[in-house]
Amino acid sequence: MNDNLAINSGDTAWVLMAAALVFLMTPGLAFFYGGLVRRKNVLSILMQCFIALCVLSLQWVLFGYSLCFAPSDGFWGGFQWFCLNGVGSAPFSDYSSTIPHQAFVIFQMMFAIITPALIIGAFAERMKFSGYLIFILLWATFIYDPICHWIWGSGGWLRNMGMLDFAGGTVIHANAGIAALVTALVLGKRKGYQNMPKPPHNLPFAVLGAGLLWFGWFGFNAGSALGANNVAVNAFLVTNTAAATAGLTWMLLEWVFNGTPTMLGAITGAVAGLAGITQASGFVGVVPSIIIGILVSLFCFIAVAVIKPKLGYDDSLDAFGVHGISGILGAIATGFFASKAINPGGADGFFFGNPHQLAVQLIGIGATAVYALVGTFLIMKIVDALVGLRVEEKEEAIGLDLSQHHEGAYTVLE
Amino acid sequence: MKLVIAIIKPDRFEAVRDELYKAQINLMTVSEVMGHGRQMGVAEVYRGVKEMGNFLRKIRLEIAVNENFVEPAVKAIIKGAKTGETGDGKIFVLDLKECYRIRTVESGNLAIG
Repeated sequence: MNDNLAINSGDTAWVLMAAALVFLMTPGLAFFYGGLVRRKNVLSILMQCFIALCVLSLQWVLFGYSLCFAPSDGFWGGFQWFCLNGVGSAPFSDYSSTIPHQAFVIFQMMFAIITPALIIGAFAERMKFSGYLIFILLWATFIYDPICHWIWGSGGWLRNMGMLDFAGGTVIHANAGIAALVTALVLGKRKGYQNMPKPPHNLPFAVLGAGLLWFGWFGFNAGSALGANNVAVNAFLVTNTAAATAGLTWMLLEWVFNGTPTMLGAITGAVAGLAGITQASGFVGVVPSIIIGILVSLFCFIAVAVIKPKLGYDDSLDAFGVHGISGILGAIATGFFASKAINPGGADGFFFGNPHQLAVQLIGIGATAVYALVGTFLIMKIVDALVGLRVEEKEEAIGLDLSQHHEGAYTVLE
Repeated sequence: MKLVIAIIKPDRFEAVRDELYKAQINLMTVSEVMGHGRQMGVAEVYRGVKEMGNFLRKIRLEIAVNENFVEPAVKAIIKGAKTGETGDGKIFVLDLKECYRIRTVESGNLAIG
């Protein structure tokens, strides 16, 4: 039987397109973060994001994909698919029966690339470039790959336990968010940080980035259906609804508590909503997505505006406050709102008569959190021992663009 | 009344500003400029980092002060801006003939604040 007869061209076209959408989220993230930092550091953000595309694309095809998705009961995936050996056009039914195996590889690659890039927000404006390169390589291999395997890989223990993570609320957002918190604490605060964020140098860039993220997120969530079908449509719909709800909620919260609705607030809220709905997007309907949108906006707002200034840690661009917290909330919400009526391939949650699902979600988040926390800490220490983590004070004052890359982003006279 | 104009390295700006605040000088105007000194701009900004072209980025501060604040202002600026390397900058002290506060139309020493 010719395997190619099993390939559905509609599914494949959609997955390829979705992969391209998720790809675009990394440059989108670059502008989102880049606009939020001071002018003298914008290139360092763009460089870190862009080079992640290069480093991690290679890591993925050489061994990352295998460590994530090669069937294995162990700590991480098998080594049999190194260099994509044995990974061809025939579908691999553990993941999808209707698209070429390599299409799945390409799609998942984009997730693996953006996850370490999310952490950039926590150590922005003070991380050494050489340290960054080693960090993302080690983190992708030893933190992302195992966690991805546990939750999505064939033989992964959380997947076997029935944990639901449709598009990566835990694998990507909670994971990166917790790692972000660790890096912020290990690196320490930026010089002159007075528990208040520095003004963004280019809010229009940040808005552009947020728009690209929202756009790409349709690929992130709806693409995770791995097919052009009802589940994909549902994911698309609830993704948009949660983002819209969260953006509006944050804007209203700011209006009430800070007196004015701001651009930065609206885009932050929308991104929080997108991260929050990710895990649930293939399992919940519109009404739960609105509830999730409101809740993540509220919790992230409190985390960023109240708790962070009080505790005084410098998570520069709120990688933990927005991605981490909303990812965790989304994972828990999935345990409440998941419904087989939306996706027969999923499970029912607490509100649909299955409290066990909530327990599974909590175990999954807990394991991810502990592993990400400890593992990221160890990796930071290793990188520190190898090349050092933080730039010197003088380099930080001059700016990373000039000190790390010998480039200025904007000229003054010409 | 005097007008103090200082051209300093951009990365010393925060230090200079804090020193001025400490000296009770809170009123100033800041702009970003390009410039060079005797080295014609080839002087290095930072170990090995040469900016493209002859002109280097600098920050210009303009501070109007009463006579008794001239020395504190100059001292504060030097304290914040001096690194001992080429490109530290210059301070010019100009005579100021008149000064007005627009909102209240006060003039003279009172307007300088």
